[in-house]
Amino acid sequence: MSDLHTELKQSIIQQLNLEDMEVSEIENDEHLFGDGLGLDSIDALELIVLLEKDYGIKLTDPNQGKEIFNSINSMADFIEKNRIR
Amino acid sequence: MSEELFITKSVIIRDSKIIKNGKPFFKADPDASLSEFLKTIYKEEHLKYPKFFKMDSLSKLVYLGVELLTEGNIPDKKTALVFANSVSSLETDEAYAGTMGEFPSPSLFVYTLPNIMLGEISIRHQLKSENIFLISEEFDPTIYLDYTKALFQQKKTDNVLCGWVNLHNNEYDVFLWQIARSGRTDFNEEELKKLYLPTHE
Repeated sequence: MSDLHTELKQSIIQQLNLEDMEVSEIENDEHLFGDGLGLDSIDALELIVLLEKDYGIKLTDPNQGKEIFNSINSMADFIEKNRIR
Repeated sequence: MSEELFITKSVIIRDSKIIKNGKPFFKADPDASLSEFLKTIYKEEHLKYPKFFKMDSLSKLVYLGVELLTEGNIPDKKTALVFANSVSSLETDEAYAGTMGEFPSPSLFVYTLPNIMLGEISIRHQLKSENIFLISEEFDPTIYLDYTKALFQQKKTDNVLCGWVNLHNNEYDVFLWQIARSGRTDFNEEELKKLYLPTHE
C-alpha cells in the first residue's frame, strides 16, 4: 500500500467522522459509496473539498465524481495524475 | 371543549447530568468537554447509529435525548414534533462561517438550521408527521400548550413529542417530553415548569 493510499484513508476517516474505523479496515478496492463504506451525498461534497484543499485539484465536471470516488484505488490514481501539490 | 392531555415521559440533559422522568439517571464527569460527554452517553447506552458521529452537537443532543426518552422506539409514526429554543443553530452557524474564508464545509452547512434536529429524529424513527420549530427568548410552556392542544383538537395526531433544546458556547439545556391522551401528569403550565426545573438538582 502506497503512502498516498494510507494518507487518503486517514483523511477520509478524519474528514468524514468515520468514528471507530481504522485505516486497515478500508480495502483499496472497496466501494466508498453504497454497500461499501456507505458514504452519502454530503460525504461526496466533503471529498470534493478534500481534493482541492489537500491536492489542489478542482473538479470541473461533476460527472467525473462517480468514477473518481469509486474506491481508494481510483481516488489515488486520479490524484497521482492531476495533483498540483 | 379541549380534551385532557397528559405528560407521559420526560428527559432532561443539563450540567453533565441526565434526569429521566423526574429522577436522576446519569451523572458524568463535570470537567468533560461537551463532545466527550455526548460520546460517553452514546457508549453508556450502547447505541449503534454511525450517523451520530456526523451530526453537529445540537443534533447529537436531541438524538441522545430522544433515544433516552423513548428507549429507541417510537411506535406511532404519526407522532408530531413540537420543538423550540432561543439560539437557533448559532453554534454551528458560527463554525460554518469560520470555514467560509477558505473551504466552506458542506457537512457543517447542512446543520445551519435548527429544524434539522426534527429531520434527524424523523429519519431515525421513520416518522411521517406534523412538526414545527419555534424560537423563543426563554423556555415558555404556553407555546407548547397552545400548539399541542391545537394538533389534538384538529385530530392531526395522537401523540406529541415536545422539546426545548438549546446550545450556545458549549452550554446546553435539553428538556424533552411526550404528550398523550392518557397518563398520570397533567399537561399544564405548572407541571411543565416543575419538570423543567426539578428541585433535587
